[in-house]
Amino acid sequence: METVKDVIRIGKPLSRGNLRKNLKHWQLMLFILIPLIYLLIFKYYPMLGAQIAFKDFKPQLGIWGSEWVGMKHFDAFFQSYQFERVLRNTFVISLYSLIAGFPIPIILALLLHSMRGKRFKSLVETVSYMPHFISTVVIVGMIMQLFNPHIGLAGVVSQSVFGQPLPDLFGSPGSFSHLYVWSGIWQNAGWGTIIYAAALAGVDPAQHEAAQIDGASRFKRILYVDLPAIMPTITILLIINAGNMMSVGFEKVFLMQTDLNLRSSEIISTYVYKVSFVQGSNFSFASAIGLFNSLINMVLLLIVNGVTRRMGGSSLW
Amino acid sequence: MEQAVAIDKRRNNIQVTKGDRFYYMVVGLLLTLLLIVLIYPIIYIVSASFSSANAVTSGKVLLWPVDPGLDGYRAVFKHSLFFRSFENSFVYTLIGTLLNLSMTIIAAYPLSRRDMPFKGLIMFLFTFTMIFSGGMIPDYILLKDLSMIDTIWALALPGSINVVYLIIMRTFMMHSVPSELLEASQIDGCSDTKYFFRILLPLSGPVIAVVTLYYAVGHWNNYFHALLYMYTPEKFPLQLILREILIANTMETNMVSDPSLAEAQQSLADLLKYSLIILSSAPLLILSPFVKRFFAKGAMIGAIKG
Repeated sequence: METVKDVIRIGKPLSRGNLRKNLKHWQLMLFILIPLIYLLIFKYYPMLGAQIAFKDFKPQLGIWGSEWVGMKHFDAFFQSYQFERVLRNTFVISLYSLIAGFPIPIILALLLHSMRGKRFKSLVETVSYMPHFISTVVIVGMIMQLFNPHIGLAGVVSQSVFGQPLPDLFGSPGSFSHLYVWSGIWQNAGWGTIIYAAALAGVDPAQHEAAQIDGASRFKRILYVDLPAIMPTITILLIINAGNMMSVGFEKVFLMQTDLNLRSSEIISTYVYKVSFVQGSNFSFASAIGLFNSLINMVLLLIVNGVTRRMGGSSLW
Repeated sequence: MEQAVAIDKRRNNIQVTKGDRFYYMVVGLLLTLLLIVLIYPIIYIVSASFSSANAVTSGKVLLWPVDPGLDGYRAVFKHSLFFRSFENSFVYTLIGTLLNLSMTIIAAYPLSRRDMPFKGLIMFLFTFTMIFSGGMIPDYILLKDLSMIDTIWALALPGSINVVYLIIMRTFMMHSVPSELLEASQIDGCSDTKYFFRILLPLSGPVIAVVTLYYAVGHWNNYFHALLYMYTPEKFPLQLILREILIANTMETNMVSDPSLAEAQQSLADLLKYSLIILSSAPLLILSPFVKRFFAKGAMIGAIKG
């Protein structure tokens, strides 16, 4: 009882002080008010809306009026033949992107940083940033044009060099992930070097000089001076990427899909879109799949972050 | 002799060894190769777009335009929705970016102040939306309930604050604007609002430029939200029209009975794609070397842990 009294006794003047302190900042509070309202309406209210995953959504009843059905839609998804397929495709595409796409910007940044000519460096930088500004729609349009077996550049080259036409890459499930991943690397590898370049610019030149005096070659200096300097940046980016593993971007996959490669190109997010907008309007079922995906992402992020923190490395929080 | 010494001095008196010279050669070669891989597809598409339809379909274009002409571009300009969608994209980008900017700035300012009450809590509310969201369907139902579907607001409002850019801006305001300015202005009796308009905003020019560019490029290149929320073709942004022509392969072809004419039209449709790619990407591609520095700066500010 005494402790409660204590709390009340101490709490009262404290909260009054807080109130006064907060009132002093009423202008700052006013600034944040609109962003907070935005946040509640457009971000947090839809989170409540995710409850339709556990309901049978009927438009005339609305989100709150529809009937609860428990895990019905989750069960339906886990039992459908699409479950294994979309999960596997999502996993394969993202793992492939990570393994192939993650080291390349690092290597590129290290090599670029080690070069001497300033002009050459700047030229490579400018050109390698360029593809990043091309929109996803145009990138996919470019791939389709260039790899067109009849009129595309790759088709024409294949015809004249190997004497046989190029197979239709967009029509074969086997080549989908390669096209997706490598066009992504073409587009974003250069842009991805920026963050490492920033870290490399912070390396003390004295370290390089000392290593040079000790007889370290340029290559050795990359391994023992540059690489350790950007290790924290690498770790943080690896955490973020690994945490986003199961959220392959909808945009590019959706554009690259054809009826013929669907077997290896249908991923969770495109499936959600089709279930709700193309093949019908099964909003509840689609929400269940989306929610399932969100939860996997969250768990993955927490696990990866926890592991790196346990190992004593950098962590996100 | 003297010259050699002078050069040596510039290089910190450390000579480049034979092994290093070999290293520079190999890496230089590698990077040159990479340069070609990166630039060649772009050059090819530019050249193809300026060639004749026949030359492109028969594979004669390899590096430079063959039978130079503007047929492809003429065909693009004839497309009924091209200019309309270009205009739409421009308006969506302009209004969307303005909204983004004002929302992000008024959120970043209080959160950058060390004495802001509930700062940690509010920051958490923002960052949490990065790892969890309601998803595609609840977003859609909300916009439908607000009757924003098929209006510009469906494109502009839901993503009006990008949390990553918010962190970039807040970091800049915290670390690159000297805190002495705030103290000095407070002593002079400057209110929080006045400090914002008179001192902080004019000093935040660089970060505002960076974030503006990020947002604008995002709006210009986005098709996904328009795909979900826009129904009237006259309101489509450029990217959605591009998708229809480049990927879904729907063309406005007049009914032609003559097969040779139809064939010519098909190859013109292919040529048109190259011209379309160039026309839609040119504004950003030409701009990219100039804004390169800005973007790089933004990425660096963002790299500092908020």
